[in-house]
Amino acid sequence: MTLAVFLPLLGAAIAGLMNRRLGDLGAQIVTCSGVGLAALLAIPVFLDVALGHNPQTVVLLDWVSSGDLQVRWALKFDTLTAVMVLTVTWVSFMVHVYSIGYMHHDHSIPRFQSYLSLFTFFMLMLVTADNLVQMFFGWEGVGVASYLLIGFWYERPSANAAAIKAFLVNRVGDFGFALGIFGVFVLFDTVHLDTIFAASASMANATINFLGLELPAMTTLCLLLFVGAMGKSAQLGLHTWLPDAMEGPTPVSALIHAATMVTAGVFMVARLSPLFEQSETALMVVTIVGASTAFFAATVGCVQNDIKRIIAYSTCSQLGYMFFACGVSAYSAGIFHLMTHAFFKALLFLGAGSVIHAMSDEQDIRKMGGIWKHIKVTWMLMWIGNLALAGIPFFAGYYSKDTILEAAWGSGTPVGQFAFWIGSLVAFLTAFYSWRLLILTFHGKPRADEHTMAHVHESPPVMIVPLMVLAIGALFAGGIGYEMFVGHDREHFWGEAIAVLAAHDSVEAAHGVPSWVKLLPVILAASGIALAYLLYTLLPGVPQFLAQRLRPVYLFLLNKWYFDELYDFLFVRPAFWLGRGLWKDGDGALIDGCGPDGVAAFCQGVFKRLQRFQSGLVYHYAFAMIAGMAVLVTWYVYNQAG
Amino acid sequence: MNNWPLLSLVTFLPLAGAAFIFFIRGDDKVVAANARHVALLTSLGTFILSLGIWLKFDNTTPDFQLVEKANWLPQLGITYHMGVDGISMLFVILSTFLTPLCILQSFGSIDKRVKEYMVSFLVLETMMVGMFCALDFVLFYFFFEGVLIPMFLLIGIWGGPRRVYAAFKFFLYTLAGSVLMLIAMLAMAWHAGSFDIPTLMGIPYPVSMQYWLWLAFFASFAVKVPMWPFHTWLPDAHVEAPTGGSVILAGVLLKMGAYGFLRFSVPMLPEATVYFTPLIYTLSIVAIIYTSLVALAQEDMKKLIAYSSVAHMGFVTIGIFAMTPQAVEGAIFQMLSHGVVSGALFLCVGVVYDRMHTREINRYGGLVSRMPRYALVFMVFTLASVGLPGTSGFVGEFLVLLGTFRANTWVALLATTGVVLGAAYMLLLYRRVVFGKLVREDLKNILDLNMREIVVFAPLILVVLWMGIYPSSYLNVMHVSVDNLILRHQAALGVKAAEPPAAAAPVQAKPAQEAAPAPEPAPAAQTAAPAASEPTPTQAPPAPAADDAKPTKQE
Repeated sequence: MTLAVFLPLLGAAIAGLMNRRLGDLGAQIVTCSGVGLAALLAIPVFLDVALGHNPQTVVLLDWVSSGDLQVRWALKFDTLTAVMVLTVTWVSFMVHVYSIGYMHHDHSIPRFQSYLSLFTFFMLMLVTADNLVQMFFGWEGVGVASYLLIGFWYERPSANAAAIKAFLVNRVGDFGFALGIFGVFVLFDTVHLDTIFAASASMANATINFLGLELPAMTTLCLLLFVGAMGKSAQLGLHTWLPDAMEGPTPVSALIHAATMVTAGVFMVARLSPLFEQSETALMVVTIVGASTAFFAATVGCVQNDIKRIIAYSTCSQLGYMFFACGVSAYSAGIFHLMTHAFFKALLFLGAGSVIHAMSDEQDIRKMGGIWKHIKVTWMLMWIGNLALAGIPFFAGYYSKDTILEAAWGSGTPVGQFAFWIGSLVAFLTAFYSWRLLILTFHGKPRADEHTMAHVHESPPVMIVPLMVLAIGALFAGGIGYEMFVGHDREHFWGEAIAVLAAHDSVEAAHGVPSWVKLLPVILAASGIALAYLLYTLLPGVPQFLAQRLRPVYLFLLNKWYFDELYDFLFVRPAFWLGRGLWKDGDGALIDGCGPDGVAAFCQGVFKRLQRFQSGLVYHYAFAMIAGMAVLVTWYVYNQAG
Repeated sequence: MNNWPLLSLVTFLPLAGAAFIFFIRGDDKVVAANARHVALLTSLGTFILSLGIWLKFDNTTPDFQLVEKANWLPQLGITYHMGVDGISMLFVILSTFLTPLCILQSFGSIDKRVKEYMVSFLVLETMMVGMFCALDFVLFYFFFEGVLIPMFLLIGIWGGPRRVYAAFKFFLYTLAGSVLMLIAMLAMAWHAGSFDIPTLMGIPYPVSMQYWLWLAFFASFAVKVPMWPFHTWLPDAHVEAPTGGSVILAGVLLKMGAYGFLRFSVPMLPEATVYFTPLIYTLSIVAIIYTSLVALAQEDMKKLIAYSSVAHMGFVTIGIFAMTPQAVEGAIFQMLSHGVVSGALFLCVGVVYDRMHTREINRYGGLVSRMPRYALVFMVFTLASVGLPGTSGFVGEFLVLLGTFRANTWVALLATTGVVLGAAYMLLLYRRVVFGKLVREDLKNILDLNMREIVVFAPLILVVLWMGIYPSSYLNVMHVSVDNLILRHQAALGVKAAEPPAAAAPVQAKPAQEAAPAPEPAPAAQTAAPAASEPTPTQAPPAPAADDAKPTKQE
């Protein structure tokens, strides 16, 4: 078990530090085998822990101990962890192998492979954390790995900017997470997860003094922690980094910004379900944020032209689904969708990478089209991915997404209803932008120049095989997992890993919803596909016409609801402006001016004046003496008189 | 070697080395080479010897250890009294650890007046170590001020173009503060009839006197830390100082102020400490936010890191005055970590400065393609400075903020914003220097780290990771001393607090938490209101329940 976590680290260290001696091939072998072995080891772990119902904790080392704070390095394996470990290691392994083909022109292959493995290690540390601080370790660690990988092509200014943006926006989220940890410690006197969970029910009505206010403790803490989850999972407000993160190489987008890291927020909420269950308000916020993000990102995804950005917004939107699933207490459905999504979204990204590879690094779907004949395998795999994404029956996404929507409806709360309707609408939008992407990329007439078209070629097997493995996941993961994750076996399967109050059991309610609720998302998805077909194949003039007629709406969507501009105006510019002002005026003029430099100048001035007295002329001195004498005498006389 | 006066040996061995170098004669080149080697060997020997202190150190007692005591000026009651406890011991190690690295670094950058440079550096080491060991006011003051002289020379002789201005600013600023401290020390000694620090710790001072004493100490220590708005000497001093000087300045000298707070202000003047805590909070928060923003706007690498030091030291002062075990231990840990990390960052700047002779950020860019090893090293320290978990920077910051959150959530919230801003300026710096396209002609032949530089950086990286992954090695040293400090602080306040009726406070409301060494009276477990540093005895607020509202802003 421990090996499964640390093998990727070992691979990363060897490949990263001995890159010269190993060479490209050596680094690829080392990292792939490290992660590959971890993936193989994850299978017995899953069988033992999840299917054998044998949760366990491996304690490694003391970490921080101070006063009554005791933190240790320990790996906690329960069903939730086992699901995550299995997903992460396998997707990561596929991405490692795929990268051998995708990156083979690059100069720094060892560095890339090393970062990928390093990321995998941090992600595994995150999901196996046995306390909040260790989770934070993995949390920040994946953030750094993501920063390094987004900025992998360090010569591009846009990549550097995107990397820093990703790190900083995540830091804003982590700010909330950190405060949440502090609050948990104040309330529970520990950061150890099991101890917290055991005590959570008794704290349901506790209050905490936060910022001078006496607030309900559970709501406050959950919301603070949720800010962290929003940052990492790119939820509305803190989502701005994710589309920019597409500056990284495509395998990175697949692994980090689709399948694993961005889902960490969902994992966190599910992991902390015993806390979130105690606060109706927090759950409500989670639901609303999730549903809003799902809607927002889907609308933006409909008008983007960069193939990777479309998929990025799609990811953002799907994460919204997962969150509102958690918000209506259907954590198991959220994690189920996380798992299926990891497969089909990684498939879509890697497929997009294969397309980009084939099109000589072109990413604009307006300049593609008509290439399906040339890259049939990629084309088929992309179809599978999109079918799964759109939730077409019997593909993986169908099972998980429908369960989420049914649970939202079944939860019976107004917020749940809201989430259901938004979610159904988003299902329509999802299908629409997916087919817009498919049609514009693969079908119709070629829009690329002849030179590019002549080069269009299928990717080598080292790229295609991982795609096929993922496609198998996208085809069958839903059907296989359904009974375990959200079906009749679910209570047995999850055991203690996820806590749901009896009154909140929306997954149970999901099984009893009317049939129109089950059918609606599928119908909407089908109509989304139909609309895309209509607009982009039968009536190709209409989209442009619409864009012109509804120009403000179009621009609003194209510019991503102007979030970037708003933040730039609100935070980025003022920070620099303030910094410069404080430095020049605060430090320079005010503090130094009144402080050392001012005193020095003052003294100099005084001495300059005093200097004038020392003119060297006798009659000046004589005059001064007489004047002084006169003053003294006068003073003396007055005193006498007084 | 059981009866060796270990502390004195560690303190004065560098001085002996300096004397030895002083008498080296001969050809300039030979003198330089010999001076370098003697200095390096001496400082290495000192470091190894100082590890003996750590080995012999007993983690289980809060008393001063390895004590040496001899009469010095008996008619005045002044003694030569040395000793370390869990608070000061690690600073001794930090000083002896950084010195050989700085000396080794200087081999590549100092080539004029090498002999004098080495002498100054070794004298500096003696003064630093002595200061952390001294247990007598006069002795302490001697070392505390003595540090200034070699540092003044280092900046004034081997510094950059504006070195004279910087050296004087540094000297006068710190001296002005120290004079007030001297007066306070004399007043205390006069009151107590002794210059002995452990003795002085046990004596209660009248509250009205405490305020003045506290302010006098504050004048000296706040300049040293430096706290906003007494920080403006630091960027100038750093920019002009040679690399080694910067490392020691950031690594050790800044810690002297915070150490002074811990050694004098807090244990000796408990009431005044509580009274002035809101002031410290305010100044520290301003420091964190203000200097972080200023750091964003810097064009000079060293200035940027200097400003970041002010921000990081803001965490330290908050931690010391939050007076919870986590916060105080975090503050000490943060000092150690900052000593290593900021020292290392200055060394990183030194590496490119030695090659290009400029510190202007815009003159760099794209170094990673020529200097991959340098990029890795710089990245490790950048991340440590940012406070990435797994590096030393995280543990200190985290503990401080965690401990402070218990004492005052507003302070914790505002201080935590520094974590976001800190990431911003460090990553921007890294991006502008290391990433990007290498376009400048003069950078196209820049060389990666050489063997000597790798030898300098390797131990620093190891320590940063060690402190981040297994900080217990360091925290264990502090536990007992810090607990003792807090207990005594509480006790000193408790005596006074027992009298006013306000003592009906949340104390002992529910002893539900049997948490072992929690010296802080457990706040009501159910409501878990973070009991601040007790109801203020001096003000005796009528409603002690609103303990969080107490340290409101003084702005």
